Amino acid sequence: MKKPVNIKNAYEYGFHKPDEPSFKVPVGINKKIVEMISDYKQEPEWMKEKRLKAYDVFKQKPLPLWGADLTKLNLNKLCYYNNPSQNKYKSWAKVPKNIKDTYDAIGVPEAEKRFLAGVGAQYDSEVVYHHLKEQWESLGVIFTDTDTAIKEYPEIIKKYFGTIIPATDNKFAALNTAVWSGGSFVYVPKGVHVTIPLQAYFRINAKAVGQFERTLIIAEEGSYVHYVEGCSAPIYTTDSLHAAVVEVIVKPGARVRYTTIQNWSGDVYNLVTKRMMIYENGVGEWIDGNLGAKVTMKYPSLFLVGKGARGEVLSLAYAADGQHQDTGGKAIHLAPETTSTITSKSVSVGNGRASYRGQVKIIKGAKKSKSFVRCDALLIDKTSRSDTYPTNEVAEEDVNLGHEASVSKVGEQQLFYLMSRGLSEALATSLIINGFIEPIVRELPLEYAVELNRLINLSMEGAVG
Amino acid sequence: MKSLEIKNLHAQTTDGKEILKGVSLKIKQGEIHTIMGPNGGGKSTLALVLMGHPGYVITQGKIFLNGKDITKLTPDKRAKLGLFLGFQYPVEVPGVNFANFLRMAVNEEKQKKDQLSPIAFRNLLLEKAKKLSVSDEIVKRMLNEGFSGGEKKKAEILQLALLKPNFAILDEPDSGLDVDALKYIAKTINALDFPLGLLLITHYQRILKYIKPDFVHILLKGKIVKSGKAILAAQIEKDGYENFNS
Repeated sequence: MKKPVNIKNAYEYGFHKPDEPSFKVPVGINKKIVEMISDYKQEPEWMKEKRLKAYDVFKQKPLPLWGADLTKLNLNKLCYYNNPSQNKYKSWAKVPKNIKDTYDAIGVPEAEKRFLAGVGAQYDSEVVYHHLKEQWESLGVIFTDTDTAIKEYPEIIKKYFGTIIPATDNKFAALNTAVWSGGSFVYVPKGVHVTIPLQAYFRINAKAVGQFERTLIIAEEGSYVHYVEGCSAPIYTTDSLHAAVVEVIVKPGARVRYTTIQNWSGDVYNLVTKRMMIYENGVGEWIDGNLGAKVTMKYPSLFLVGKGARGEVLSLAYAADGQHQDTGGKAIHLAPETTSTITSKSVSVGNGRASYRGQVKIIKGAKKSKSFVRCDALLIDKTSRSDTYPTNEVAEEDVNLGHEASVSKVGEQQLFYLMSRGLSEALATSLIINGFIEPIVRELPLEYAVELNRLINLSMEGAVG
Repeated sequence: MKSLEIKNLHAQTTDGKEILKGVSLKIKQGEIHTIMGPNGGGKSTLALVLMGHPGYVITQGKIFLNGKDITKLTPDKRAKLGLFLGFQYPVEVPGVNFANFLRMAVNEEKQKKDQLSPIAFRNLLLEKAKKLSVSDEIVKRMLNEGFSGGEKKKAEILQLALLKPNFAILDEPDSGLDVDALKYIAKTINALDFPLGLLLITHYQRILKYIKPDFVHILLKGKIVKSGKAILAAQIEKDGYENFNS
């Protein structure tokens, strides 16, 4: 009944501008490259040391033996640092034209005007634009790129950088620590509630580059911040790599919500490590939407270290033809009365594959902790695939643990019903998909919810009928 | 004159079980036809086949809507040509808002300039819902999700009233309804503000007290074994289907 899907038909952000770097390192990865990046950035010695140590870890660590197939990712053919512009700007008017045109096409400056407290924009390796509205700056909120933060707030960076995700965590966390560039640094002082979101937009423009942003968010006691990131890239025939590390610290009573809408083009390997450390009565939330990329491996984690800490992961994966979304979430309960919820919804179209991979760990003594995991998969075509890999390790008896999983095919009866009302098969299918993911979409800021529905409708129009 | 015409229709399930064994019927606009018959006689299959359900294969015969052969068309194309099916068991579609879905369906056939805005549609929906004694909550609810049996049936009639087809097949709109709900449904059908040809499938005579058919057909073992005026329904009520076993 259906033709196979090619999501590229629908990918609107596949354009690219000329690659005119002001500085780039030669292709490949070795110790020299790491030193070159650090020297070019004129970093303090301690950061250079961190990088070099991490590079050693990277060299020693094997590729993960589980998860998606990474054997075709050639790490020696990538460019590890490509700086599009020597300057960083606080006004869009000053951003070089090619770069500004790109963000205009994606709609970032417009969104900033309408509903954001601050915006950061990273183009290949460097953040080219950063702006926080004065209202928040005057309250002591810091929102800048991580390179600038090293120069301006070295004490905070020294104290937290790499403490939540050490370089030894996994091969790509090590690689990121060695060659990282850009990313956001967010600091919210005690008791400050940033009531409208901060957003960062990550764009890969050049061919066969790696983007290794490094984000650090610190929410002091009783504060609140919602950080949103979006990602896109041109369509090339060569692969690119996006290997970010995101560390979030939620101090007692604070709340951080981190929303991602990842819409990389179909030639990007998206291998990201994200972790939140949540202290007493703090709340940490990951809302993680993965629509694009060739391969994604990403499991946002909650480390519940303080009594009464709560965490939630809402994961949405949409795998079209040629895509493997290996996503999920982790909740590590290290204190009593901690609560976690992981909800995963995946949609597989054509020969797309969506895998849920999750871990819940409750240590001895984390009494009265609760965790609930729910994963639902929707398969659109006969060739679509879904897998579930949950792991639970519970060393404490006085806990409450729940797990539910379901796999459903787009029901013939539902499709018939909607079509009998005059809706085409494509429209009916996208309605069913949008309905299926609705519990996650309703958690997104409105503009993103609309965008997500639109993207799915677009990809279905290219897919069926 | 608009018409829905079924000629010698034979249909089987995709696994080869023959259910309809030569059904012929012509419904003109403005007419109400009732199909009655025992369970397993093929009533619901006829309804689904007319709408183009992919679970059945038409092996012989044709269906014409307003003179156009629709035998091979997909359900959405049949709907756009003016055919409607009120389901016996409407499916639940989680996460799809009833009002948004129905507005989409109503606007589907309209030119851009004639399409109803969300607010205009909402008002229209609430007005029709009120006539059916359906709560205003309907605008917030998901398509058939968590609806009671009665709510589902009413929601089908609500869709009929707003989609304004030329011909409607209603598959047991009365089953599982209490008398009040039945009256609301009948009242709405009788008061439709557009010309309609109706094929009313029912197991019981009860609804015919409120909706007066012009013709009654008895479907037995995949064939129409008897057709007549409304009086035929009364006869069945008295004697059952036994006498029509041929």
